[in-house]
Amino acid sequence: MAILELKNIVKQFADYTAVNGVSLSIEQGEFFTLLGPSGCGKTTLLRMIAGFESPDSGQILLDGKDIKGLPPEKRPLHTVFQSYALFPHMTVQDNIAFPLKMAKWNKSEIDERVREQISSVQLERFAGRYPHELSGGQRQRVAIARSLVDRPKLLLLDEPLSALDARLREHMHVELVKMQEKSGVTFVYVTHDQSEALALSSRVAVMNHGVVEQLGTPREIYSHPKTYYVADFIGKCNLLKAKVIDASGENVVLKVADSFELTINNSENKFKLGLDGWFAIRPEKIKANWDPRVEEGIANFKAKVKGYYYYGDGTLYEFLLENGTVIQCMLSNNRPHQASFFEDGDEVYISINPLAGNFLVE
Amino acid sequence: MTQKVKQGLSEKWVLSLPPVVYLVGLFLIPTLLMVFIAFREPGDYGGVAPLLNHSNGSTTLNLTLDGFKYAFTSGFIWKLFLRSVVFSIITTIICLIIGYPLALMIAKSNKKIRDFLLLLVIIPFWSNFLIRIYAWMIILGPESTVSNIVNQVLHWFGFAPIDLLFSSAAVVICLVYINLPFMILPLYANLEKHDVALLEASRDLGATKAKSFWQVTIPLSLPGILAGCGLVFIPCIGMFVVPELVGNNCSMMIGNLIKQQFLQTMNWPLGSVTSIVMTCSVLAISLFVGFLASRSGGLKYARK
Repeated sequence: MAILELKNIVKQFADYTAVNGVSLSIEQGEFFTLLGPSGCGKTTLLRMIAGFESPDSGQILLDGKDIKGLPPEKRPLHTVFQSYALFPHMTVQDNIAFPLKMAKWNKSEIDERVREQISSVQLERFAGRYPHELSGGQRQRVAIARSLVDRPKLLLLDEPLSALDARLREHMHVELVKMQEKSGVTFVYVTHDQSEALALSSRVAVMNHGVVEQLGTPREIYSHPKTYYVADFIGKCNLLKAKVIDASGENVVLKVADSFELTINNSENKFKLGLDGWFAIRPEKIKANWDPRVEEGIANFKAKVKGYYYYGDGTLYEFLLENGTVIQCMLSNNRPHQASFFEDGDEVYISINPLAGNFLVE
Repeated sequence: MTQKVKQGLSEKWVLSLPPVVYLVGLFLIPTLLMVFIAFREPGDYGGVAPLLNHSNGSTTLNLTLDGFKYAFTSGFIWKLFLRSVVFSIITTIICLIIGYPLALMIAKSNKKIRDFLLLLVIIPFWSNFLIRIYAWMIILGPESTVSNIVNQVLHWFGFAPIDLLFSSAAVVICLVYINLPFMILPLYANLEKHDVALLEASRDLGATKAKSFWQVTIPLSLPGILAGCGLVFIPCIGMFVVPELVGNNCSMMIGNLIKQQFLQTMNWPLGSVTSIVMTCSVLAISLFVGFLASRSGGLKYARK
């Protein structure tokens, strides 16, 4: 059974609609991520679940019960704030004990649980310190420990890693997943960082302009984006104008970027003749070679190297088609010899497997 | 390197010279003079007696501890001093009780209204201190509406009518009125900086609105509370105009005594002694409160 169900949530502010009819069902034990750019409504949605805002319409069901009328303190869930919101006048220990004190646990139970919780985040040596005496990563751990101390049904995390530097953030990715698995608490995670969303989540909802554009596992979202927006927002993607020019058979033929043809599957019979759309393909799914690859279904065409960015583990090439279209291609630097790299102006063959891309209808 | 440092030092001196001259000339020297006068004999017609005493052909220094002896043994001075402290404490507490909700309300209101409300707090400073006290004399006067209402209510409950003006109550009312902005402003400056996320976190973690106020807002505003209390309490103790204008014989404060010693009784040494006792006591009280505060968590945060 779903632990959290959102039914057609709408939230309007004075001058704009923040959330416009979102329905989601989140399962017990999931690491669920709301992903989107700033202003897409993800934080507003989280604040409505926490009880800081109330939806104009729709239902929020926690464990099957509507919690819409409950104030934040009565909801069996906690939030980890972007700024951590640790109480600056309390030590680590007192911060972590706060939810238990509010719930009127008795002293010895509080002491025991707090000690347990502090050791689970390896902060024993810092128990007596104040938040300003801790590093960013430690504060983050205290904030999470505080929110998990009374074993809530749900933990909401509002961009909790955005204040940390890149290295620490990667380290915290591992810790977050561990804490989630260990506690078994359902996490609802809000972020604008798509790589974070892909790496951490069991499922991701990509939001834009107050609606969920696509819901799925990180793999589904990345490999099979359903809309132009999702393909563009998550990772790098070549989005090439495409048109159905032949829909006579089981497969249809696309004319892509006015220059080459691809044959794609149409078993669901969705694509009609003359349909306009976009062919979306990730740079790493395109191959480039001195010679064309002769294989069943692979399309080869000539292109010129316009430039490249060397990333260390790979090189991102920009190829120019004859009609001026630019295609990005990520080639892994796993070849032993530098000689096999292309230089600006080289003429090469690009090969695309139509199965590696997606035809997105406008 | 050294040259640079030297240059920096001389610049510092040039910049700080005017305030240093001002403070030494108009604060330090007069204070030292006052201390010196405290040990002198009072003059026959006011002021102080000559420092050197020529009698029987020998010359002696004319210094005495009589002033201090009198000050520490006179019940009168201690009574006035105690009364000043009590008035000041009551004033500070009332200012805090009125000022805290006001400051909180101003800090929480939106930007436009906030500036307007702050203006309202500051507006009284635009008119003269004495004029504002005279205004209170009219408000509290025997024929005033306030007086009539109070006495009417007293009459219903079978009490005799009272004078609002020329009473201790009038003194405290005016002290509160004069000092309230000095409570509100530091409190506002503190409360305005509070992170809203902390209150949300508190609610989120199970505290009701009221509990969040006591557990988060109050402790975090402790530095503001102390600053406000200090700014109200300290000037309050030495106040003499207010009791003189709206008080009676039973509401005389230590400031009145000091003024009397210098201007009416013409006993400068005793006036100086009383001033020194007052200054040192205020200093001691302030240090004690500061010490108590430094042991609580709030200031630790404030000192970060």
